[in-house]
Formats: sequence, structure tokens, C-alpha cells
Amino acid sequence: MTTTDHPRGRMQPSRRQRIIRLLVVLAGSLLVPGLLASSAHAQEDEPEIFGSLNYEDSESGEDVPVVGVAIDVEGVGTVETDDNGDFRVVVPEPGDYVVTLVVESLPEGVNLRNPDNNPLLTTVSENRDRRVLFPLVLGEEGEGGGSTSGGITGRRVAQLTVEGLKQGLYLAMAAIGLSLIFGTTGLVNFAHAELVTFGMIITYGFNFYGFAGMIGFLAPLPGPFGDGVNLIPAALFGMIAGGVIGYVLNRVIFRPARSAGVSLIAQLVMTIGLSIFLRYLMLYLFGGGPRTFGDYSAQRAWSLGPIELTPKDLVAMGLSVVILVGVASYLELTRMGKAMRAVADNRELAESTGIDVERVITFVWVSGASLAALSGVFFGLDQVKWDFGFRILLLVFAAVTLGGLGTAYGALVGALVVGLAINLSTLFIDAEVKNMVALLILVVTLLFRPQGILGKAERIG
Amino acid sequence: MDWGFIFERTLSTMFGIEVVVFALAAVGLNVQFGYAGLLNFGQVGFMAAGAYGLGVTVFWLEWSFWIGIVFGILYSIVLALLLGLPTLRLRADYLAIVTIAASETIRLFVRWRRMKEVTGASEGIGEFADAFYELSPFGEGVRYEFGPFSYVGRDLWVLLVGWVILLLAVLLVWRLMSSPWGRALKSVREDEDAARALGKNAYFYKLQALMLGGVLAGIAGMLQVVQKGSIQADTFNPVITFTIWAILILGGPGRTFSPIIGAMIYWCLIVFVENFLRQLPEGPADFLEDTIELSVLNISQLRFMLVGLGLLLLARFRPQGIFGSREEMALDDR
Repeated sequence: MTTTDHPRGRMQPSRRQRIIRLLVVLAGSLLVPGLLASSAHAQEDEPEIFGSLNYEDSESGEDVPVVGVAIDVEGVGTVETDDNGDFRVVVPEPGDYVVTLVVESLPEGVNLRNPDNNPLLTTVSENRDRRVLFPLVLGEEGEGGGSTSGGITGRRVAQLTVEGLKQGLYLAMAAIGLSLIFGTTGLVNFAHAELVTFGMIITYGFNFYGFAGMIGFLAPLPGPFGDGVNLIPAALFGMIAGGVIGYVLNRVIFRPARSAGVSLIAQLVMTIGLSIFLRYLMLYLFGGGPRTFGDYSAQRAWSLGPIELTPKDLVAMGLSVVILVGVASYLELTRMGKAMRAVADNRELAESTGIDVERVITFVWVSGASLAALSGVFFGLDQVKWDFGFRILLLVFAAVTLGGLGTAYGALVGALVVGLAINLSTLFIDAEVKNMVALLILVVTLLFRPQGILGKAERIG
Repeated sequence: MDWGFIFERTLSTMFGIEVVVFALAAVGLNVQFGYAGLLNFGQVGFMAAGAYGLGVTVFWLEWSFWIGIVFGILYSIVLALLLGLPTLRLRADYLAIVTIAASETIRLFVRWRRMKEVTGASEGIGEFADAFYELSPFGEGVRYEFGPFSYVGRDLWVLLVGWVILLLAVLLVWRLMSSPWGRALKSVREDEDAARALGKNAYFYKLQALMLGGVLAGIAGMLQVVQKGSIQADTFNPVITFTIWAILILGGPGRTFSPIIGAMIYWCLIVFVENFLRQLPEGPADFLEDTIELSVLNISQLRFMLVGLGLLLLARFRPQGIFGSREEMALDDR
């Protein structure tokens, strides 16, 4: 594992590092550049796709290399993993490649941890080698850690609690915007989860093509415009882009609808239409395969007592805590934050005290959308996919309903509970169907406490 | 460019199986949303319930096809009860959240690998509809032509049965909605408190509407899989629900024939555009491929984008649909 950043394309390293340092400070001090291990090797000539296959022996805890497995790169050729489980394929030019692990060549008992990620679509950019990951497990295949066959051990409970906390924190960032938009406008925004996907995909675009390189004719520009940038500035700009989208959606679609007196039900149907439109637009632009960011994609997990966590997850979790605390203090301490809560509480009353409600709503859209976009970046550290938002839509709604639709803190509490419940449920049920727990939470909440944990007990029928 | 071919395809679609299936599901949604004002965003879940009710009975229990039909209907009713009981007392958007979540959960559940023996998991179920095709009076592979329309015998049999069911369903809904029950249902949609003050149990009216609409969608799901000859979990994806919504709003919610008209307009438009783009001469086709990378491969993605955009614009500017009346408009606040 290397700990240095590598020059990419034409940008001067010193300048780039200066920008990164600046952004690191802006991002909130938690980022220690040394923590974040880049995976690429600087390469002068033809780029390579590489990786290594191994699984963890559950008794000794050692990584066992998997030898002689066929890896196929479409249009290039097939190689087998060597004695260390490593493989390398030289590709002729930068571009998109489909990498397939030939499942039949895996040894008996070894399976892909996530069969959905095979074949994997990967993007090779200029002058950089590309690592691809095929996590393997001994025993039954399944999403994120296999089935319940592992039994209930203290170690597993601890690991799942951390996973749940991680998912809950990211979910909370996505859910707060949804809850506040509902609180201030009464609108249930079904397109909110698409903003999460938008965040991860636009960040992927910045990461690989620079800030302007996604627009075809601007691609020849030097970095950071026409050439990829490091993930950290890319994520920051992804968050800003998310805020811009939030502003545009409100300004162009929903504010005119509100002032034209379009009913809330019709607006709800509009958000559904918007969500399908955005989702398939992203499929059209991004393609159907799962991809990973160009930086920090291949990291070895650290063992911290009973749990294992990659450095990037540790940083992202820390950052999301900081951001959520920041959001809470913003809501508590600033004028705008108080105005947001006032409008969410009682719109007419807030308006009569002189609060500019439309301005508050604009703020809610912008901040909610940029938080959702950033949560997309954090989720995207594992995998970037065009329908990711829709996959977590159920979880987001379960979280805001459980916490109390319309309350910011409710969304936070609900998201943490949902994240923990889902992940800990894999102690008893297959990981494949763990999201069903979220539906259960949703239905039970509506049966027994429909206003949610933190919602006010008013009649909502 | 072969205009004759394009129009022939488009015309054949007008009475084709897609129109029947989507119109029937939209008749169900019309009962729920158009007449009762329920925001059911999980119609595809009811279709899956019907299809798997039929499939599981034949595949796992190894009972006959006809008992399977009964089970398909039962499953749809049970699903309506499960989703309706906790939510129908609450504000309208809670039903939307729960139904959209449930329909996706059903898809995950039936493709769960531990359900392999019951639902076939990701491989699905095949060869369950022989009993239905044995009754067909048409030759299996013979092509029948009626003027510009031509269908294979197998499809013609499904179509015939499908249209009979669809017209019966429309007739049933029309009769019901002019009955006292239907008028009470509409009054619940218009003003629930007023209906309750008059002694009507709004909760039960809404639950009954959800069940009736669910059963119609369940039958639509069965028709679809019988025509396909196989049941695949992933065909029951959420886009189907949203397409049904687009169809209903296109035709105008709360009107008897709007689902059929909406489905015809939607599918003719889709088939026309697809065939038009496929038949483009090389010049314009290459231009589209070079500029926006549009090809036969991703044309269906464009279609779903149009569904979304259409739904957005209709809900915004013409919530009563193209032919709907403002009086029956269900996209109103309550």
C-alpha cells in the first residue's frame, strides 16, 4: 500500500497539492492526507488493469491468495492470477473496460462476496493504472459478508454495529433534506434519493474527467478542468453541484408550482416523474455497470480491536459526524436555522412574524440537496451505480417516518436506528433481504406511532 | 424509410397485449386513485402478487392452473389488506411511501435465493400455463390477419381473453361507480370528514377500493406472465408502476374509459418512436449516435426518461389528463 499521491495528467503536482491542502482545511480538518492511501502507480506508457484475489482465513485471520483464477478484460484478453493471487492486464488505451472474474475458475468453497459486481465496468484514465476489486469470501456467497451461517459472536456484533452506524450516518445526511423539505413545504419529495445518486455520479465525473471535461469539446483543457482531479476536491465540487441542482429544481419546477397553486398531491406526482426522469438520465449518461472512484478505492482494512474498517470509511464517518453536528448547531444557533425550524413548525405563524418563507425554502432545498449529494459521495466510496438512490429510497423513508416526518433531528435518530437495525438483522437473516427490515420498521411505526419518535402527537389522519 | 411498416406496427400495438395489461392495471389504479383518491405507488407489487400467486401454486404446490388463478386473486387481496390496514387512517402520502417500499421489497423477496424451491428465485418460473393454452381454439403457430392487423394464434387467444376481461372490468367499474357504493367512495375522496359525518365509514370504503384495484392489477399481472410464458422477478420493477400512473393521468383519472385510451396513446407513441428511430436512414442515425450516443441499445432508457418527463408535465399543467374533466379531478388537495 502506497501512501503518496501520484501526478495525473498534465497538472503540476505542487499546485495540485496546494489546492488539496486548502480544501482539506476547508473540509474540516479531519483529513490527514497520509491516512488516505492512493492505489495508483505512476505509469509512463500503457496503463494496466490490476488487482489481487484473496480471502481471509477465518481461523488464522490471514489473507490466503487465490491462484489460477481467470480474469477476462473484454476486447483485450484473459489472464490467470499468479502465486500471490495477483493479476495484471495491459490495456491499449484509456477508456471503459468490462472486467469479468470467471466464476467457474474459483476454487471450491470460495465465492464472490458481492456477485452483483461481476462483471465490473471500470474506467482507465491516462497515465494511471487501475485497480479492480473482487472481494472473495470462504463459504456461501452473499451481499456484504454472506449469510447468517457465521453465528452470533461478539466480534460480529461489533463489526455489524459499526457498519450500521456508518450506513446510519450517511443515511441521516440524505434524510435531513427530505424531512426539512417536507416540513417547510408539505411536499414528500420522491426524487430526493436521486440527488444522492447525482452526488456520487457527478463526483465520479469530476474525479475522472475534471470540472469541465464531461462536456465533450472542453475535454482537451488541462487539469483541473479537462483532466481528472483527486477525489477530495471532486467531492467538494460534487456537493456544490448538488446544491446547485437543489436550487434549480426549486426555482424552475417547484416554486412556480407552489405559486400557481398546484396541489400537494399533484406536486408529489411531479416528484415521482422527476425521479424517473433523473434516474434514467443518469443511466443514459453513466451506463449500467457499477464503478468505483479513481482514488482510495482499494484500501486494506485496519483492525481496530474487534472491528475492521478501511481508513476511508473512518474518515468519511468522522466527517459525517462533524457535518451532522454542524447542521444541528446551524439549526439551533443561526437566524436562518431558527427560521427553518419555525417554518417547519407552523408556516403561517412564521410568515406573520416577518420571516421570508420562500427564502427559507430555497435555503432548505440547497442545503438538503448538497447534504444528499455528499452522502452519495460517501456511499460511493464502496460503489457508484446509477440506481443507488432508488435502492436506498426505502431506507430513507423508513428513517424519516420513524423519526417523524418534518423534523430534522427525527431524521437523524431514525436514520441511525434504521442503519443499525438493518445491519444487525443480518445476524438472523440473509444479507440479501436485510432491507426488508426497513419496511417492517416503517409499517410498525405507522401502526403504533404514526407521528414518529420525535413528531408531535397531532392528528395526521 | 418504410412508413407502411412503421404504421402497421403502431396499429397492431393498439390492440396488443401491452395495452391490455397496462390498461387493466390502470383500471385498478383508477378505482384506487381516480375514484377513491388513494396514492398507490406500488401497483406493480399487486401485479407481482397475482403473477406469483398463480406461479407458486402451479410450480411449488403443483396444483392446477385454475386454482392458481384463485390464489393469485387471494394474494392481491391479502397484499391490499397488509398495506391498507396500517396506512389508510393516516394522511394520504403515507400510503404512497408504504406501497412504493412494499413493491420493491416483494421483488427482493421472490428473488431471494432461499425461495428457490417456491418462487424459482432469480431463475423464475416457466411452463405453468399449459392448461390455459389447451383451451385455445386457434392454431398455435398460425398467423391470423384482419386487415392491417396480424397476430400469431397463441397471442390471439391471450388477446381475446384479455380484452374480454378488460371490458368486463371497465363495465364493472362503471356500474359500481354509479351505484350508491361508488357515490359514497367519491364523497370520501372529495371530503372525508363530510362523508364521515354522514355516517359513512371512510376507512372501509378506502380499504375496499384498494382491494378491488389490487385484484384488477393482480389479474393484469397474471395475464402478462401467461402471455410471456415465464415469471421473472425483475420484470416487476417500479418503472411499471410509474408507467401505469402516466397512462392513467394521460387518459384522465376518474373517468371510465380513460385507462384504455391512455394505454393506447402511450403504447402507440412508444412503438411509433422506437420504430421510427430504428428505421432512420443512415445519415440522421449516425448523427444521433455521434452527438448524443443514441442507438438501438439505449433507446428504451430514453423512453423511461420521457415517461418521467411526461408525468411531471402532466401533473403540473394538466392534472385532469388530456380528456379528463376538472370536476372529476383527483389530483386535488384534501
